[in-house]
Amino acid sequence: MQRYSSFQLVFLFLGALLLLFILAPLLGMFFATQSSELVDTWREAEVRESIWLTLWVSMAATFVFSFAAIPFSYLMARKDFPLKRLVTGIIDLPVVIPHSAAGIAILGFVSRNSVLGKAGSAVGLDFVGHPAGIAVAMAFVSIPFLVNAARDGFHAVPLRLEKAALVLGASPARVFFTISLPLAWRNIVSGLILMFARGMSEFGAVIIVAYHPMITPVLIYERFGAFGLKYARPVSVLFILISLSLFILLRTLSRERNKSR
Amino acid sequence: MLELKNISLSNPGFSLKNISFKVNKGEYFVLLGMSGAGKSMLLEMIAGLTNPDSGEIILNEKPINKSKPYEREVGLVFQDHAIFPHLTVGGNIGYALKRQSLSHSAKQELIQSIADRIQIGQLLHRQPSTLSGGELQRVALARTLVQKPEVLLLDEPLAAIDTKLKAEIRSLLRQLNREGQTIVHVTHDFDEAISLANRIAIVHEGKIIQTGTPEEVFSSPRSEFVAHFVGIRNFFKAKLIETETGCIAELGKSLRIVSTQKSGSGEGYLMIRGEDLTISVENYESSARNNFMGKIIEVSGSRSGMDVIINIGVPVHVIVSKESVKDLGLVEGKSVWVHFKASALSIIPIQ
Repeated sequence: MQRYSSFQLVFLFLGALLLLFILAPLLGMFFATQSSELVDTWREAEVRESIWLTLWVSMAATFVFSFAAIPFSYLMARKDFPLKRLVTGIIDLPVVIPHSAAGIAILGFVSRNSVLGKAGSAVGLDFVGHPAGIAVAMAFVSIPFLVNAARDGFHAVPLRLEKAALVLGASPARVFFTISLPLAWRNIVSGLILMFARGMSEFGAVIIVAYHPMITPVLIYERFGAFGLKYARPVSVLFILISLSLFILLRTLSRERNKSR
Repeated sequence: MLELKNISLSNPGFSLKNISFKVNKGEYFVLLGMSGAGKSMLLEMIAGLTNPDSGEIILNEKPINKSKPYEREVGLVFQDHAIFPHLTVGGNIGYALKRQSLSHSAKQELIQSIADRIQIGQLLHRQPSTLSGGELQRVALARTLVQKPEVLLLDEPLAAIDTKLKAEIRSLLRQLNREGQTIVHVTHDFDEAISLANRIAIVHEGKIIQTGTPEEVFSSPRSEFVAHFVGIRNFFKAKLIETETGCIAELGKSLRIVSTQKSGSGEGYLMIRGEDLTISVENYESSARNNFMGKIIEVSGSRSGMDVIINIGVPVHVIVSKESVKDLGLVEGKSVWVHFKASALSIIPIQ
C-alpha cells in the first residue's frame, strides 16, 4: 500500500472532490430514473431511431473525414512548411469557438445558396435537415481530436525506420502504409474513437444545421423544453449507457489489437 | 565501382566540402572521423536519402544522383539498426523482397538462406523486441544483404552493441568482405577501422584529409589532426605468434617484439606510444623485455617534447625531453639502445 504525506493527502482530497463533481450529477440522474422508465423509453421508436442516427452519422463522419485527416496529420508530423504554426492553430479552432457559432458558420457554408449547397442540390443532396449536414457539423467540431492524435502518433515513429524502408526498396506510399501507418495506429485509433465520441455528443452546431432528423442530444433538448426534466432524463440515461458501452468496447478492441501486434 | 566526385552539402551544424573518393570492387573502405563530422550524411547521400548541394555520385560508371533509393543497388545499415518493431525477423528480412517478382516459396527460401548465412536462421519468427543488440545487428545486415547490394553501407555498425559481441560482428563483416561484398563503413573508432579496412579515409571538418591503407594513414599521418586522432606514431603490421605469456610480433625477418597481450596467431597491427619508449646510450639490464639497438635517423621538435626517430629494423618514434637529447648527446647517426616494456604494446589482430 502506498503511503501519502499530509501534503499529498490534500491533493487526494481535491482529486476526490473533482471526481465527485463529475460523478454526482450522472449518478443522481441514474438513481432518479426507474428501470421501468428506461424500458418504456427504449420501446419508443423515435428514441431508438434517434440513437441509431446519432451513432451511424458520427461514425460515418469519422470514417469519411479520416481519409483526409490521417494523411494531413502525417504531413503535419513530417514536414516543415511556411505558416505551419498558423495551420496548427486553424486545426484547433473548432475546439475553442462556441459550437452554436460554428453551427451558424456551417449553415452558411452548406445552405442551398452556397457553392457546396448548390453542388449538393445538383446531385439531389440537401445538407440542411439531412444526415449529411449533421455529419458535416459533427466533423467540424470533432476533427481536431483525430488530427492531433494522429499527428502525435506519426511524430513518434522514428524517421530512421522510414529511411530504412526507402533504402530497402519501398516507395514513399509503401513506406506510409507498411511502416508509418501501422506504427502510429494506436494513436490514430485513439483519435478516431475520440472524434467519434465527440461528434456523437455534439449539440450546438447540429441543432442549427439540422433540427430534424433528430439526433439524441437534440431529442433530449426537445423533450426537456416540451415536457420537462422527468421526460428528458430516461433518454439521457439510455444515451449515456449506450455511448459508454460503445466507448469501452472500442477502447478494449483497439487495446487487444495493439497487444496482438 | 563507387566514386564520389566533389560532393558538397551544407547543413545546420556541419558541412561537407568537395568530398571525393573511389571505392574498388570487393574493397573494405572505412570513413573514419569524429562524431558529427558528416560521415553518416555521406552514406545517406550514397543511398539516395539526401541530395548533395553539388557533386556527383557514380556507381559502376553510371551517375546515380537522380536515381531513387530503390534504384541505386546499395544497402544501408543504420547505426541503431532501424529494425521495424511491428514485423518479425522474417518480416524484416522479407521487406526488401516485396518489389521482386519471386514466388512466395522462393522468397521464403531466400530469407532462410540469408538468415542461415548470418546465423539468425532460428530467429525468423521472433519479434525484434525479444532480440539482443548483436542479434538486431545481424537482422539489419541480413535485411540489407537479401537485396544483394553492389555496395554495403554501414553506419557505425559496432557502436550500439557491447564489447563481447563486437568481435563476432567484426568477424562477420570481414567474412562478408572476403566473399566479395564491397563495403563502405563509417566509424569514429580507429581500432575498428584498422582491424577491418583495406583502405581508410579520414574525415575532418567536412573534408577528406587523408586516404590510404591503415598502415599508410597511421604510420605517416599527413596532418596534425590525423596524428592527434590516431594518437600514435609507432604503428606496424606484424606477424603474431601466440605464446604462453602473450605473443611475439615479428616485423620483417629479424625483429621480434614481445608483448604480454594474448592476441592469437596470424596477422595484426602493433602500436606503441612514443612516450612509452626510452633511450639509453649503453645497454643495461632492466625489467623491459624489448631492448633494441639502432641508429638515430632524425631528431625534431614535437608538441610533447622531442621526437627522436631511431631505426631498429623499422623506424620508431621516441618522445623524450630536450634535456635528455642534450644530456645523452642524441644526434643523427648515433647508435643508441631503445627499451620498452612488453605490457606497453597494443596489439590489434586483423580479423
